[in-house]
Parts: sequence; structure tokens; C-alpha cells
Amino acid sequence: MVSILPLTLTKATAHMRGKKLVGPVSLTLAPEGFTMVIGPNGAGKTTLLRLMHGLQRCSGGTVEWALPRAEARNRQGFVFQSPIMMRRKVRDSLAYPLRLRGMGKAAAYKKVEECAGNFGLSALLDSWAPMLSGGEKQKLSLARAMITEPDILFLDEPCANLDGRATREIESVLQAVQARGTRLVMSTHDMGQAKRLAQDVIFMHKGCVHEESGAERFFLGPITPEAKAFINGDIVE
Amino acid sequence: MNGFWEAWRLIITLDPDLYEIIFLSLQVTITAVIIASIIGLPMGAWLAVNRFKFRRYVIAVLNAFMGLPPVVVGLFVYMALSRAGPLGGFGLLFSPAAMIIAQVIIITPLIASISHQTIRDLWAEYHDLLISMNTTRTQRIKALIWDGKRALLTATLAGFGRAIGEVGAIMIVGGNIEHATRVLTTAIALETGKGNFAFAMGLGLVLILIAVIINLLIHIVGKTERASTW
Repeated sequence: MVSILPLTLTKATAHMRGKKLVGPVSLTLAPEGFTMVIGPNGAGKTTLLRLMHGLQRCSGGTVEWALPRAEARNRQGFVFQSPIMMRRKVRDSLAYPLRLRGMGKAAAYKKVEECAGNFGLSALLDSWAPMLSGGEKQKLSLARAMITEPDILFLDEPCANLDGRATREIESVLQAVQARGTRLVMSTHDMGQAKRLAQDVIFMHKGCVHEESGAERFFLGPITPEAKAFINGDIVE
Repeated sequence: MNGFWEAWRLIITLDPDLYEIIFLSLQVTITAVIIASIIGLPMGAWLAVNRFKFRRYVIAVLNAFMGLPPVVVGLFVYMALSRAGPLGGFGLLFSPAAMIIAQVIIITPLIASISHQTIRDLWAEYHDLLISMNTTRTQRIKALIWDGKRALLTATLAGFGRAIGEVGAIMIVGGNIEHATRVLTTAIALETGKGNFAFAMGLGLVLILIAVIINLLIHIVGKTERASTW
């Protein structure tokens, strides 16, 4: 199957009620890799991810996929910072994206069993999704986004509300997801996590991309003073 | 107190006339609630997920229609169904069908308005997820109604409560005809008019009992207020 990537942003901007949130941003996401979007609070990380995914309307410039937008939308996943739990059992929550695509109930449940095994959710299939713990909810969010085998997965600070153990679990799941060939784009505040997982880094500040480079190069020698300050844990003005 | 005990005697001895009235009351009300729910629940959900020019005004009008005066509704339905009216050819006036039509008109705005408020909150919670999944409007409405079904029972029960206790409209369009269109509320009005206050009160207690039992049954079947469900 032809990939929906690369994704190309050309002078893309996002506004809300007349206020500029992000842009102009021009960048290209290659079909493979793990890109980490980092930056201080209010830098526009979440808006950039939403802009790429299509949750945020583009007020200027373009966001283009390799395939037509309608097809591209069906082959992406998004994991939110606060997991959105449908008021259903885990089994039905996981089956929902498959049912939306017209899969029969029996076939969907069969795939759910397989997917739940990969994400360590097998024992929770008959639990109510809103009653799960924070870590379990985020794993369910990931599994729900991955069950349709998207080409690209956007993750908006998925570990922000989790403890160390749950964070490690999510990270190993993400590494497994990437190993299966899914393109990952994730925002985070956690420098340690960025260093552990990133292959590429996009550093954002005040709604603009200040640096875009390989992770190793970025962490060893950031170019802009803002990026240097951020890596050193200083306040970024 | 004689009339009161007489009412209980009629209940316990399964008096056919009383049970005919009870069954007709339930038949008319439950049918009206089902029809009004089929219209009102998707209407409430549609209003919650759609943005259009006069949306706020439509919602305000819908909320105002929750307080539609039943007598006025009865009058309009009477005029529509009477021989000279636009629907006179169907011959529905003074029939249970006419009573159902009046009740549907009265309770649909109530069900739609309450369900709109419920689904609006759920939509705020689900918005990003359902947009992210590239769902169509119909798929969103279906998901919101399905996942909000327990909360939406409240809307349906409010409609049931209003319909089972309604008297003004169904008296006008039903005519309170014995063995044909007499229901608990119109029977109570008749008995009160005749001065049989105690018997009327007995029938009133039956009415309350039915409302409580139906509510309890729906809560039990719907598994609401349980920690293990949502």
C-alpha cells in the first residue's frame, strides 16, 4: 500500500480568534522515523500536532499529504494528553474504529483480542474504559489509535500525567509500534524521554520552529540560544 | 375514606373497567414516549453536534416549547383532526391515536431539550476523538446517543412523567369516552367533577404508583447509578 507520507507543511499558520498560535511553519516529515516536538509551555507544540493531523484548521499556507486528504485522514492516529475514554467496555472501545470502517462485529472482536495482547490489555477487555487507571487509559488510547494500523501516529504528551513506571511501559509500547513501521510524531516536555526516544527533533518557541534536526546533533549542539537554554533547563524568554 | 378503599378494592379484585383504564393510559403514554424519543433524542444530538446560523434561537425556542400549554396543544390537534381540519379525513379525533399525537407534540420538545443538554456535555468530551477518527455526522450522533444512553434515560423518563400525568390535551382530543378514550387522568377529572373526591384520590394514587414502578423498572433494567457501569 502506498504511504500517505511524506507530509509537507508550507508556511502553515494557525489562528484562533484573531490570535496567531503557530506559524508560518515549513517542514517535511519523511515516511519513517520518530520525531519529537519539544519546547516550553505555550510554544505551540500541541497546535502544530493538531495542525498536521487536521484537528486545527490551517489559516494560511498548506498542509499536504502524499495522497488526497480524505484518504490521508483515515490513515492517521492521534493520542491526546488526557485520554478520551468512551463510555464503553475496553473491548468495544477498541472495536469502535474498526466498526467505523465497516468491519463486522466478529472480525472486529477477533482483531481486538490480538491488539489487546500486543498492548498488555488482554485482562482488561471486559472492564469499563472510564474506570481504568491513568496508565491503562493511555495504553488503551494507544491501542485504539493503532488498531487500524495507521501510517502515522501523533502523540500529544502521552506521558504527561503518568508516573515513572507507566511512562516506561508506554515508551516500550511506542518503541514496538515504531518497530512495526509506524511513523511517530510526539510532543513532550521531558528531556530524558526525548533523548531516549527521538530520532529527529523539532524545537518550537513562540509558535515557530526554531530548530529541526537529528536528535543526536540537536542534543549535542543546539544552534539557537533558546534551544540551548531549554536543554539546560533554563527559563526560555 | 370509603372511595379510597373502594379504589384499592377495585385494584385488588382486578376490576376490568379499572384495568382497562390503566392499560389504555400505559398504551397511550408508552407509545407517545417511544415516538417522541425516536424524534427527540436524535434531534437533541443533532443540535449538539451541528453549528448553523440560528442555532441559539432554535435551542431557545425548543426550550420554550418544553412549557407548551397542553390545552393549547389539544386545541390545535383538535382543529387539525376535526372533520373540517387538514387531517380530518383520517377520522382520528376522539381516538387513542389522537391522544398519542397530542402527547407526542407535548413531550418531544422536553425530550429533545434535555437530551441536547446531556449530549452537548458528552460532545464536548468526545469532540476531538470523534473528529480525529474522521467520523461522519451520523456516526457522531449514533456514538453520542449510544454512549449517553443511561443519561438519556432521564430525558425519556421526564417525557414519560409529563405524558402519564397529562390531562388537558387528551381530554380535548380524546373526549374521555368510556371504554374508548378514558385514561387515568381524565377519569380522575371526571370523578372530581362528580364530587367523588376520595375515589378520584384513589385513582391518583394508582397513577403515582404506576409512575414510580415504571421509573424503578427502567433504572433497574438500565443499570443506572451503579459504580461498575457508566
